Amino acid sequence: MKNLAARVPWTLVVFLLALTIPWLGGRYYTFLATQIVIYALFALSLNLLLGVTGLVSFGHVAYFGIGAYFCGILMKTLGVPFFIAFPAAGLGTGLFALVFGYFCVRLTKIYFAMLTLAFSQIVWAICFKWNDVTGGDQGLPDVPFPDLHWIASLPGFSHFRIGDQFYFLALVLVMLCVAALRRLQSSPFGRVLTTIRENRERAAFVGVNVRRYELAAFTVAGIFAGFSGALFGIFNRGVFADYVFWSKSADVMIMTILGGMNHFWGPAVGAAVLTILNQQITSYTEYWPFVLGTILVLLLFVFPGGIMGALDAGWTRLRHRRSNA
Amino acid sequence: MGGLTAAMFLFLIASGLSLIFGVLRVLNFAHGSFYMLGAYLAWQIVHWVTTATGHFWLAAIGAAAGVAILGGVIERCLFRYLYDREELYQLLFTYALVLILGDAAKFAWGTEQLSVSRPSLLNGGFEILGTIVPYYNVFIIATGPLIALGVWLMLTRTGLGRMVRAAALDREMLDALGANVGWLYTGMFMLSSALAGLAGALVTPIQGIVPGMDVEIIVQAFIVVVIGGLGSFWGTFWGSVLYGQVLSFGILVFPGFSLFSVFALMAVILIVRPWGLFGRPIR
Repeated sequence: MKNLAARVPWTLVVFLLALTIPWLGGRYYTFLATQIVIYALFALSLNLLLGVTGLVSFGHVAYFGIGAYFCGILMKTLGVPFFIAFPAAGLGTGLFALVFGYFCVRLTKIYFAMLTLAFSQIVWAICFKWNDVTGGDQGLPDVPFPDLHWIASLPGFSHFRIGDQFYFLALVLVMLCVAALRRLQSSPFGRVLTTIRENRERAAFVGVNVRRYELAAFTVAGIFAGFSGALFGIFNRGVFADYVFWSKSADVMIMTILGGMNHFWGPAVGAAVLTILNQQITSYTEYWPFVLGTILVLLLFVFPGGIMGALDAGWTRLRHRRSNA
Repeated sequence: MGGLTAAMFLFLIASGLSLIFGVLRVLNFAHGSFYMLGAYLAWQIVHWVTTATGHFWLAAIGAAAGVAILGGVIERCLFRYLYDREELYQLLFTYALVLILGDAAKFAWGTEQLSVSRPSLLNGGFEILGTIVPYYNVFIIATGPLIALGVWLMLTRTGLGRMVRAAALDREMLDALGANVGWLYTGMFMLSSALAGLAGALVTPIQGIVPGMDVEIIVQAFIVVVIGGLGSFWGTFWGSVLYGQVLSFGILVFPGFSLFSVFALMAVILIVRPWGLFGRPIR
């Protein structure tokens, strides 16, 4: 049974299922799905640090924001087309992550978390104050949509609006990133990262340059967070200093552990559940933070493995019962 | 002068944050929420006992005690079950408290700005170099170092302080030696909460009480603690003074960029001395 589940190309299945959303649902569902897809990439990129390498980065939002600003500035201020701005945003973010990460990986545990938080605060202050480039507290409104008319010329795609077209674009790009992340995590490189999570000292003993691997993981996670930020800036039609505020780092962490950080798809599941919950609950009450806080406390005390962890445990129990009977 | 007053408030808050960090090794995001609750509680008490003389002082003490009790309950009933878990869970738990307490305060006291008038004893002020300095600010500037001295004496000169320092170094060993580490932690959590609550109550005559003051202050206190050195008591003190001065002189030198100058200071310190000005390097 396990082997069968392992043989399914999950990335492809998820992609094909997600692709049908604009056909099945209305505009609202496409809107929600776009948000989920972008957040899923953000949470998955964080999990490369959190779940795979065991690095608690409390400033991951910095790279999301840098990606968003990079792409927004390139597209709006400089008029660069999306297909150049998008990879450039990822690379630019990676460069920042490399520099910040260089200082961060010198520390461990809580000190690492605090230094990453401090860097994200610095990025926030720059975004908030550097009016000439980032628009300061006004942000960068009206980031242009990429030119997507070619999607309409594909057979079967002609009746979609711009929102649906952007969803297709985001979905394809995110799925490429997810496939890359999945490949990376099961590669020898990913295995070394897991070794570092399990035991830093032993990893160092067998000859792994722990800091270099951590820095590499930090940079890669930064690049993918940058990609998700770039997409989010376009999706939201603007880039604002809010994107980089530290509480967003906590939000994406909640997504990651809500879904379950020991499972590859966990963060994506968490992103989906949290985004849908947010939409549902904010339509009833303004006290969403209270609900989120309560969910978080429950999660920490009752379901530390998140949704995927709980499902896994349930599945195992079911199988045991069946084999006993 | 305004910078110095702000610095003393910041110190009261940051010292509690640093104290918790020194003992429990966790960054308590909810510390700002305790500060905010202290302010709201002070307002509430002032409105209950408006007629009594010295009601402001009653409110300040009441707020500190109330927040300390809340902190104690949270530590005793929830937080202590997370001590042997990873830092991630501890950090996120304190963040959950920020969310819950922030909304609870909004629910209880609304979103309008509330304010408390100065205690009549400290009304008025005097003139230095053409600017009027309110007596209340002088009182705050004197209180900050006094509390610093008190906590420092407690940490270094008493048996309790020795236990606290021992707990920070090796919890299990202290436990094995027969000390009641569980209640020691609860006590430290309450002390730190009380400092936050007191700061919240004392700030009410100067600043309006608004939702969101929790997040604003925790960011500042975090910067102070990073500049001064984590878990270092005097580091927090000098970090606050430096922060207040950089902030108020930053306004004079580059208007509009004062916030930025503080962050720049933090960045430089992080790169040159990641353990802060007064902290000790950790490996």
